[in-house]
Amino acid sequence: MSFDEIKGEAASQWEALQNSPRPRILIGTATCGMAAGAETILASLNTELTKNNIKADIVQVGCIGLCYAEPLFEVIKPGKPSVFYSNLTPELVAEIVRDWLVGDNPRPDLALGTRGEGTLEGIPKLFELPVLKPQVRIVLRNCGNIDPANIGHYIANGGYEGFIKALKMKPQEIIDEMKKSGLRGRGGAGFPTGMKWQFCHDAPGTIKYIVCNADEGDPGAFMDRAVMEGDPHAVLEGMLIGAYAIGASEGYVYIRAEYPLAIKRLIVALKQMEECGLLGDNILGSGFNFHIKIKEGAGAFVCGEETALMASIEGNRGMPRSRPPFPAQSGLWGKPTNINNVETWANVSAILQRGASWFASYGTEKSKGTKTFSLVGKVVRTGLIEVPMGITLREIIYGIGGGILGGKKYKATQTGGPSGGCLPTSFLDSPVDYESLAAAGSIVGSGGMVVMDETTCMVDVARYFLNFTQSESCGKCVMCRLGTKQMLDILQDIVNGKGRPGDIELLLELGDAIKNGSLCALGGTAPNPVLTTIRYFRDEYEAHINEKRCPALACRSLISYYIIPEKCQGCGICARACASEAIKGGKRMVHVIDQSKCAKCGTCLDVCPAKFSAVAISSGAPVKAPAEPVPVGGKA
Amino acid sequence: MKAAPAMEGAHAVTPGTDKAIDSQMTEILTHFKGEKSELIPILQQVQQRLGYLPEQAMKRIAEFAHVPPSTVFGIGTFYAQFKLVPTGRNVVRVCRGTGCYVRGAPRIISELENKLGIKDGGTTPDLEYTLETVACFGSCALAPVVVVNDKVHGRMTPDAAKKLIDKKS
Repeated sequence: MSFDEIKGEAASQWEALQNSPRPRILIGTATCGMAAGAETILASLNTELTKNNIKADIVQVGCIGLCYAEPLFEVIKPGKPSVFYSNLTPELVAEIVRDWLVGDNPRPDLALGTRGEGTLEGIPKLFELPVLKPQVRIVLRNCGNIDPANIGHYIANGGYEGFIKALKMKPQEIIDEMKKSGLRGRGGAGFPTGMKWQFCHDAPGTIKYIVCNADEGDPGAFMDRAVMEGDPHAVLEGMLIGAYAIGASEGYVYIRAEYPLAIKRLIVALKQMEECGLLGDNILGSGFNFHIKIKEGAGAFVCGEETALMASIEGNRGMPRSRPPFPAQSGLWGKPTNINNVETWANVSAILQRGASWFASYGTEKSKGTKTFSLVGKVVRTGLIEVPMGITLREIIYGIGGGILGGKKYKATQTGGPSGGCLPTSFLDSPVDYESLAAAGSIVGSGGMVVMDETTCMVDVARYFLNFTQSESCGKCVMCRLGTKQMLDILQDIVNGKGRPGDIELLLELGDAIKNGSLCALGGTAPNPVLTTIRYFRDEYEAHINEKRCPALACRSLISYYIIPEKCQGCGICARACASEAIKGGKRMVHVIDQSKCAKCGTCLDVCPAKFSAVAISSGAPVKAPAEPVPVGGKA
Repeated sequence: MKAAPAMEGAHAVTPGTDKAIDSQMTEILTHFKGEKSELIPILQQVQQRLGYLPEQAMKRIAEFAHVPPSTVFGIGTFYAQFKLVPTGRNVVRVCRGTGCYVRGAPRIISELENKLGIKDGGTTPDLEYTLETVACFGSCALAPVVVVNDKVHGRMTPDAAKKLIDKKS
């Protein structure tokens, strides 16, 4: 079958689905949807439809990025705009089926927004909502719209058109187009993609390899997972184009084993590509051969580094080696190899289809296009977002993210995972792009964006990241192996109240030495979380060291829970909930926490009724509470 | 702790006899050619089927791939996925990614440690539960996350996490 025939068939099937007289329900069943309970929702949807004798098409789609609103589905009733319903429960599913599919009430009280032509009274347009309006979807173009397990859906929405166009171009023309687009590596380093392709293209040799780096290891980041789960063909088509441009006949997707659903989706997608003649020998009769294999990682963060990744594919311990030679000259099994990240690959087809200048019209002078971020942490609307480069952090956190959870005060945003840093309030109005984040001491990184509020201790965050990099160091370089351990020990001491004067200076010195003394980016960037927190939050370090006080009231060794005598009503809830039996009291007595027994778990604070709010935390000063219970309301 | 009924996704732990391991190994190795690049996939199969990498299995793999046993052992100890001691029938994994960390994962970990009476990485003496922490599951928007066997549970609290285990025991 020719591609035109495949496309024609896909288009007519897609049309038939769109124009079906039956209602259609799109439900997000990516990992995060599942974690929020999509399975239960799917089951109750089926039950309700059967009960009401409604025949409907249910399409399982990827992540639309509104993770805070999961579980979520989109109900399309013929002739009406589609309606998104969020935070579903089996009870709400029953109501929606009854009122909107059987009846004619779209239930504006339960709806999040509408999509498509026309409006429904009382329901906003989804893409006009503050969470979506600033977003531009290039990488996520199909996520949440198509069935990722159906290549026809992808093709009907312009899929593989970029590759068809590429086949009519000379390899050099494709590379030039990539250069013109200004696309830079989305895995973290931001190296220009077109230039990388050029190096590998120019390298002598007949056997060349293409690798997709899907070892998304940064804690707090899940963009690549969502793309692979929601639109695997976008990534694979990018690889196909890259292989054609570079002259590679074999490709690998190196994916972490912690992403079982993404692996499943890729396996299905590869099979479909073969069936359509888009993978294998003599693809679409062009004489171009390309094969893709999936390699599962085995749980080593360092394998996200390209030379370590290649060592792992070859069956070795994933330890980086020095460069040069760069992978473009000598990569997998000593052959020229081009490695790009999932998101980079997912941009490629869109760039070829719509042109380099269209892509470059988004973003800033040096950072073109869009970037996906996983917006998580203490923000109201967590999720997967895609925004033009250069948007301000404030627009992301307060616009898209809806501000800080629980009305608390913003403190910092951590970008770039363990290689990045914490951006303070003063950075809120700076543009988010490669240059300005680097100037602030952080990096764009793969796109993790963790928002922290006043209750997050920045010294503890630095300790958290050092703990991570220290245990993930492959051990090859002395400074990385031992230096990170020393830094971690110092940070442990500081959060445990054993910090000494001079510790900050020692951390700075060690950080500098580790950066200089490490072969790969893991060690080279490991001190960043410490260095940026010292740069912007030095006062917190000083409070820990000099006053043995944690300003965020987070470090267990430096805080005490106590019950405010004026507020305690003697209800006894806290005493009953305390697993350490550290709370003394009695009926109508002001309760008291025995500090020698308290495990500082925080349960008493959680269970104390909000109307009393009698449990408080203090740090750096003795608690202001009596030693023994006294009657409520003062002297008895 | 009393023996739990089979939980969803629980895997059989049959550290078993040398002979049983050997026959499992024979079966696993039929799917491979013996190339060095297959070492990690082979070990992944062994880990999945046996729940750990017995010494005897690593020696078999070394012979099969014509590499010294130290090479196989080196890989087995390098990657976090591989265990050298048997894991429990049910694996409870708590995410300690940044998103989960700032939303309360440390407390979930310590409460599960208390409940199961084991530390991170430990297994209950009856081989019923293994408790692990994992760098990141990539479900950060639903933090904190706990994964029991292969089922991902989002928006956890210490109580909800403990109930996940209660339900099964």
